[in-house]
Amino acid sequence: MGPTRTWLLIAPAMLVIGIFMVLPLFLAVAYSFMTANPYGGVTAPATFDAYLQFLYQRDFDDSLVFSPSYALIILRSIYLAIATTIICLVLGLPVAWYIVCQTPERRRILLFAVTLPFWINTLIRTYCWILILRDEGLANGALRHAGIISDPLPLLYNDGSILLGLVYTFLPFMVLPIYSTLERIDPRLIEAAHDLYAGRAAVFRRIVWPLARPGALAGATLVFAPALGSFLAPDLLGGGKKLLIGSLIQMQFTSSRNWPFGAALSTVVTVVVLTVFVIRSRKAQEDLR
Amino acid sequence: MADVELRKISKSFQNLKVVHDIDLEIAEGEFVVLVGPSGCGKSTTLRMVAGLDRPSGGEIHIGGRLVNDVQARDRDIAMVFQSYALYPQMTVAQNMAFGLRIRKVPDAEVTQRIARVADILDLSELLQRKPHQLSGGQRQRVAMGRAMVRQPKVFLFDEPLSNLDAKLRGKMRAEIKKLHQMVATTTVYVTHDQVEAMTLADRVVVMNKGRIEQIGPPNDLYHEPASRFVAGFIGSPGMNFFKCRLEARGDRLAVVLGDGTALAVLASRTARYTGHAGRELEFGLRPEHITEQRERPDSVDIKVPVEVVEPMGMETLLHVLVAGAEVTARIDPAATPKPGEMATLSLGMAHMHLLDLESGKVL
Repeated sequence: MGPTRTWLLIAPAMLVIGIFMVLPLFLAVAYSFMTANPYGGVTAPATFDAYLQFLYQRDFDDSLVFSPSYALIILRSIYLAIATTIICLVLGLPVAWYIVCQTPERRRILLFAVTLPFWINTLIRTYCWILILRDEGLANGALRHAGIISDPLPLLYNDGSILLGLVYTFLPFMVLPIYSTLERIDPRLIEAAHDLYAGRAAVFRRIVWPLARPGALAGATLVFAPALGSFLAPDLLGGGKKLLIGSLIQMQFTSSRNWPFGAALSTVVTVVVLTVFVIRSRKAQEDLR
Repeated sequence: MADVELRKISKSFQNLKVVHDIDLEIAEGEFVVLVGPSGCGKSTTLRMVAGLDRPSGGEIHIGGRLVNDVQARDRDIAMVFQSYALYPQMTVAQNMAFGLRIRKVPDAEVTQRIARVADILDLSELLQRKPHQLSGGQRQRVAMGRAMVRQPKVFLFDEPLSNLDAKLRGKMRAEIKKLHQMVATTTVYVTHDQVEAMTLADRVVVMNKGRIEQIGPPNDLYHEPASRFVAGFIGSPGMNFFKCRLEARGDRLAVVLGDGTALAVLASRTARYTGHAGRELEFGLRPEHITEQRERPDSVDIKVPVEVVEPMGMETLLHVLVAGAEVTARIDPAATPKPGEMATLSLGMAHMHLLDLESGKVL
């Protein structure tokens, strides 16, 4: 194939990526260095104010006062995203392993079951958790009915419920890549390990886990990145009381009308996610060697 | 080292019985090859000995101990897999050390054992490589090395050479034989290749449809097959079979082929076959016993049309028509006739077999 034809074939994809990804990303970075227009949008002059806002608040006399509240939101978002990733890994690995061990027929059904939630709108699915977790919801109702509790447990609107929502939303993104790596493992490798004196624990630690690791890493990035920027679960299940980055960004572009700060926050999320990606691909290359 | 004994071993998957009540005794230090076409139950039998599959019935004894309920890892056997089953994330040395590390063998001994086996198998240069950096033959040797460092009671080989090309297979076959002569560990070897079975085994176990057809030293199986299956499976090219009728001619017997050709049966065989006179049977003769015309007291000459000539160098394979059936003969390359010609061939009647049409048993 000639170079011209190669370019022609690549061009549509490049165009889409350029217009819908690179350009907005560039705009976001550019906006983050502008001044907020009180009616939305941005105006000149260029400034670092948006980034200063992470740690400082501008007082009435224009002096900067240290204020960690935004930084705490960012840290809490990262912490929740990491927790989500770890919980998804702990839950997803056994599920993927279980599916791999089934007959091909049952595998298809189980894989379909894993992807089933994708068929329902995330908003609806997340809202269902409110119905389950609220004071008069299914969970509290059942516990009360069983006589275990008399007053409803505060299941909703806390970090726990946010975490639950995040894990629930992103678990398939962990199961599927791990499944695809485990599926390629020659079952003889496991049998050989049993033959080589290994018990179940040793087989898992020395054979299954090392071979599943690339899938787990892929799954971890697929969960971590969207979990960090997610705002649906934190908004609905956190009750909007406990802000996370995603909700914060959304607010800047709507009610707060501070586009530069929203853009700066987006840039930070992008940088964190890209850093994780770079570390991950370095690690994947090491594994290959 | 240990002996292995299978008593009435059977295996069913759901409703499908793939191994039917097999009895087999393997002596300490013996090299036994299970051979048969795919689906004959040979691999399943091996996997039951290894402890990877549970027998549905019967008993397996290794070294005098009933091991039906003993896990694979506690049987102290070492299996070499067809796919080699090397761990891609580990180096050659780590692969070989795997079992020893789990057994918590001291480091110094692990290193020493690996060095010794690597030396025998010519792997010393490759110890720090990963499996994907090795050729097929090297991987095969690593798989064997991983089994050998353990000094197990029994070696199990599951078609270890079938992923290699023909030349390498021949070389590794000789290596395996040499190794067994050196360490003399009890070995059970599964293959579908009758040449491997013949060349490697002290005793060959021919299996078909989940049953043992015949057990014996390679030459016994070759010269005295018990059934049509064994006669046809062992030897390449395979034995020729003709429909025939055994007739009494005076005090002698004759094999009469479909076209009326009568082949005199040797007097020494009269007693053996006389009870079957008058029956429709099958006549079997190996290609090397159908030769160019030779003056021998036990041979009968026939004149047949030549279909195809295949020169092999040291011999020539001749495809001829005998009584309407295509037959392979192995003849002296100097005597090669041309396709379409009539050739006179000698049948070595001392090597003939008569088979029962229904049971397939050799009479």
